[in-house]
Amino acid sequence: MATIKIPPVLRPSVGGEREISADGSSVGEILRSLADNHPDTKTQLFGSDGALNRYVNVYLNDEDVRVLDGLETVVGTSDTLVILPAMAGGARL
Amino acid sequence: MSPSGAEVLRQIKSRIPEVDPADVRDQLGNGAVVIDVREAEEWSTGHIPGAKHVPKSFLESRIEGSAPDRDQHVILYCQSGNRSAWAARTLLDDLGYSNVESMTGGITLWKDRGYGVEQPRTLTAEQRDRYSRHLLLPEVGIEGQQKLLDAKVLLLGAGGLGSPTALYLAAAGVGTLGIVDDDTVDLSNLQRQVIHNSNRVGVPKVDSAEETITALNPDVQVNKYPVRLGPSNIMDILPGYDIVVDGLDNFPTRYLLNDASVRLQIPVVSAAILGFEGQLSVFKPYDGPCYRCLFPTPPPPELAPSCGANGVLGVLPGTMGLLQATEVIKLILGEGDPAIGRLLMYDALAATVSEVKIRRDPACPICSRHPEQIADEEMGVFPDYEAFCAGAH
Repeated sequence: MATIKIPPVLRPSVGGEREISADGSSVGEILRSLADNHPDTKTQLFGSDGALNRYVNVYLNDEDVRVLDGLETVVGTSDTLVILPAMAGGARL
Repeated sequence: MSPSGAEVLRQIKSRIPEVDPADVRDQLGNGAVVIDVREAEEWSTGHIPGAKHVPKSFLESRIEGSAPDRDQHVILYCQSGNRSAWAARTLLDDLGYSNVESMTGGITLWKDRGYGVEQPRTLTAEQRDRYSRHLLLPEVGIEGQQKLLDAKVLLLGAGGLGSPTALYLAAAGVGTLGIVDDDTVDLSNLQRQVIHNSNRVGVPKVDSAEETITALNPDVQVNKYPVRLGPSNIMDILPGYDIVVDGLDNFPTRYLLNDASVRLQIPVVSAAILGFEGQLSVFKPYDGPCYRCLFPTPPPPELAPSCGANGVLGVLPGTMGLLQATEVIKLILGEGDPAIGRLLMYDALAATVSEVKIRRDPACPICSRHPEQIADEEMGVFPDYEAFCAGAH
């Protein structure tokens, strides 16, 4: 099973877990499996058209899946998916 | 009986290659590394243009900083051509260099021929002492320290990230630090904003930061901007700075900064923190991706918490702010591999650093175009901007 790294903003939706293992052989299958098991993540990851929200980046190991095959990108069992929403934090300006 | 020093020198000169100043002049800029092996006070009186300085007394330990490739063409010179001959022998016999020459007659003959010399800028005695640990590094040295003293860096915020960044950049001798912050020091800031202190609660942060910086290093000029960065002032504040250090906590300003910095072609060293995790990247316009290439649109407000509403481990902005300061200094010196096209992610609880690649987006609405094509009215704008801001406030 591939490992998914959960960013801080999504952790409340997955019971506080930092990493989750999920079944699936492609990025899309794995993320949908995540969304099925943790329904609160669904609207955060996917738009109403089923595509990945544009403010969420997903990396297979260190590469953006959008430059691979997107949700069709093949994922091996030893791979890691990194979910990366934009983050801001620092000075209030 | 051992031969005299003069006899040994004569023997050395008979077997090492020597080169006439006229040939050296012809080869300047042709790939040969010209190295002045005199002492610092001699170097400061003037040197061959483009030469590097490696005093003979530090030859073995520092030569690789100036001539890392042992097969490259190295020309050594001194005042009259003797010390450079000894040094050439050391490089050839002991250090394995294959293509080393000593310039005959040294810089004395060079000047007699009427060839030009470059007058290095010098540091004061106090500066030599203050920055002595920098001067010992081949990657910094006097030349690098001068670059730091000449550099102008703009810090957006004197808060959690800006505090450690400002302190270390000031200590390093970055000559001009601009600070944009319209806030005053609050007791709850002091858990992480180490440039302020308990006596300054209620004082404007720009004033408090200036006081600390000036006490730490009087070489640093502090430019204070006690304002909120926004569309009405960003194009007045940014021009003239070499690098911007960003720790902004809200997306509208983050996009505005991106667009202005691309238009002005100023690199931005960016960091963000949340809880126990931090991110860092360097956005250098046209050399790498911009922030919009990474995140074309911001998340909805409920997915974009800022530190005000969420806790932050006090040391975390220290760690991330110092990573920013390090990247700033690398950019000023032109050393190392800056985090351009890479996003570093530091997880304090796991004690891990990982990174992902960021690609330039050929369709990026901002950095796929020429800077002069980016108009005022489109800077900082993104889809749903109004809705986003309405939701955020």
